[in-house]
Amino acid sequence: MSSTAASAPAAASGASAPVAVPAAKSPKPGSLKRRRTLAQWGFIAPAVIFMLLFFGYPLVRNVVMSFQHYTPSTFFTGEAPFNGLDNWKNVFQDDLFGKALWQTILFTIGSLIGQFCIGLALAVFFNRRFPLNGVLRSLILLPWLVPMVVSGVVWRRILDQDTGVLNSFLGLFGAGDTPWLSSTGMALISVIMVNIWIGIPFNMVILYGGLQEVPKEMYEAASLDGASAWRQFRSITLPLLKPVITVVLVLGFMSTVKILDLVLALTDGGPADSTQTLGTLTYQNSFAQLDFGAGAVVGNILILISAVFAVFYLRANRNEGK
Amino acid sequence: MTAHITAGPRQRRRRLDRRVIVPLTVVSALVGAVALSGCGQQRDESVFTVLNSSTDDSYHGWDAATLKRCSKQLGVTIEQQSVPAAQVMTKSLRMASSKSLPDIIQFDGSEMPTFAETGGLLDLKKLGVSTADIPQGILDYGSYKGTYYGAARTVNTLALFYNKDILDKAGLPVPTTWAEMQATAKQLTKKGSYGIALSAGGAEDGVYQFTPFMWSNGGDETDLDSPKVVEALDYWKGLIKDGSLSKSTVNWTQADVNDQFMAGNAAMMINGPWQVETLNTKKNLHWGIAQIPVPKAGEDSVGPLGGGMLTIPDVGDTAREKTSAKIVNCMTSEQEEVTYALNSWMIPANEKAAAVWRKKVPSLSSLADQVATARSRTAQLGSGWTSVSLALQSAFQSALTGQSSESALHHAQQRVESGN
Repeated sequence: MSSTAASAPAAASGASAPVAVPAAKSPKPGSLKRRRTLAQWGFIAPAVIFMLLFFGYPLVRNVVMSFQHYTPSTFFTGEAPFNGLDNWKNVFQDDLFGKALWQTILFTIGSLIGQFCIGLALAVFFNRRFPLNGVLRSLILLPWLVPMVVSGVVWRRILDQDTGVLNSFLGLFGAGDTPWLSSTGMALISVIMVNIWIGIPFNMVILYGGLQEVPKEMYEAASLDGASAWRQFRSITLPLLKPVITVVLVLGFMSTVKILDLVLALTDGGPADSTQTLGTLTYQNSFAQLDFGAGAVVGNILILISAVFAVFYLRANRNEGK
Repeated sequence: MTAHITAGPRQRRRRLDRRVIVPLTVVSALVGAVALSGCGQQRDESVFTVLNSSTDDSYHGWDAATLKRCSKQLGVTIEQQSVPAAQVMTKSLRMASSKSLPDIIQFDGSEMPTFAETGGLLDLKKLGVSTADIPQGILDYGSYKGTYYGAARTVNTLALFYNKDILDKAGLPVPTTWAEMQATAKQLTKKGSYGIALSAGGAEDGVYQFTPFMWSNGGDETDLDSPKVVEALDYWKGLIKDGSLSKSTVNWTQADVNDQFMAGNAAMMINGPWQVETLNTKKNLHWGIAQIPVPKAGEDSVGPLGGGMLTIPDVGDTAREKTSAKIVNCMTSEQEEVTYALNSWMIPANEKAAAVWRKKVPSLSSLADQVATARSRTAQLGSGWTSVSLALQSAFQSALTGQSSESALHHAQQRVESGN
């Protein structure tokens, strides 16, 4: 004890010499403050510059482009005359746009419902303790690790009407002629199913994380009160999981609505445009037709839809913070 | 005392400030610099670049060998830059906007007009690229609005590939007319194996495969709902109805078709010579090749002309462009064309080279015959081909999945006319 008491003044006196310097020059605190602000900005600057360059610029550029007559020649001349609402009108008058919009809605809703319900069921299932729980859980993560295009190509083979594994398997039960990807009526449903398969791990992991936060005592108390498993799920799990559910659904929505790679790998938008979504339409307009103005229009519509849901997401997050 | 205590950390923070601000500024500057450095690259005087789609190992190697020989002959360094076929156009456009175009771009025949239309390509005749011994059809293939922009080294087209063993076993001759092909295909269709395979996928692959049926029947891309085109599409529908053509054809690319043929799931297929390299990897597969059957005996089998063509973009440096023309001349010389054709199983563009090639690979001479009557997809519509192609894809897919050929093609023609 005595040693610490003795060392304290010694340390203080040792430090006193340099400390006297800033005390003597009174304007220093001001410059110090300026430096601190500068440092703070220095920390923020890379992020701001990055955001402006890689998010802000393309975003603004895309909006401007949708009002321009932007063709291959533009790349040489740099001239892209403004043509008002022409691109927008053209896109809205195209039958394909209405079709793609409707199919995007079906695709998004179908995928979300499927991914969420199965993901939640699995999360609840794995929330219990049982042997091999960890191993099984990591196996279910696999679809998440496989690149989208690879899944697409593999599933295209599996779903082939004549030589696909799925139909050969169903053939054992006498039902092996389903035109998974080769009929205009089935293709979208098949694409949705594949996307559900891809999305389950994400939903499961996040919801499982949420379930871990729910205090076990609540279930104990509820079962003492005689609540059934279903009642416990409805009155404890769901309400407490609500913030997590919002996050999962909003994030899922934003990644589903702009789907492109999976559809391209599975069906190329076909047969007969029956799996065209807004994402593939943007791609087709910009990179097949080289009509960059029209591509930008569809792209902007997608950004707008996502932006609306981003606001929901931010709100949900803010409420959670309270 | 309190001042003394707080002074320590504050001083440390001040030192930290300097230590932090400098790197942060540097990082910010770097991020900016990297982002901007994509624009405006300096050209190296003696290094010439060829942009092509030879991402495949073997093609990349063959091209590298050609370029090495030409480098030596011309005393310059020629490098190749390979990107996937679907990206040649977009990559070139991006390079154009940053003024860093390569010296030579190898475009697919269906894409060249679009790039030529921008005014970004140079007239090859003016630059001194030789056109001697090139048949008119191939000259047209490389031309847009009367100007010769693209020099083909080799060309290709589609043909009917057949499994010799299966046909021999059934005692059937190779079909030459639509009716014969339909009958043969029907006879060869068994459980798990189809008479014929072709690609009706929703991309240029499918359209490419439809053209020989449309054209041989007298149909035309400028009038998609004419009875001739409807008849051609009905012929495809008939094959599906018979069960000789798999319904999955609407999901197949040309490569998928080849896989089916190699796996023995199809007795015949419509495909191109670029599959030969893969076909030959399967030693116990005995295949033959013939012209695509025609509607009636004695008619011409009109296939599509395909293959890459070498173009010289406007890089704004006449001396460089002259050298590029010499490189093109070297790459399309008789010797190089024969070498490349023998490697890639395609047909030399130059007549003399084609004659040499025919002697070396007589088994493929029906391909050379098919090329003689083959048509360019863009000869009539130029850059307008893309929208026709998209409408046509959608139309034959609708028809093959149930709609009537007539209404599907009628809708396609309307779509082309409305400009959507």
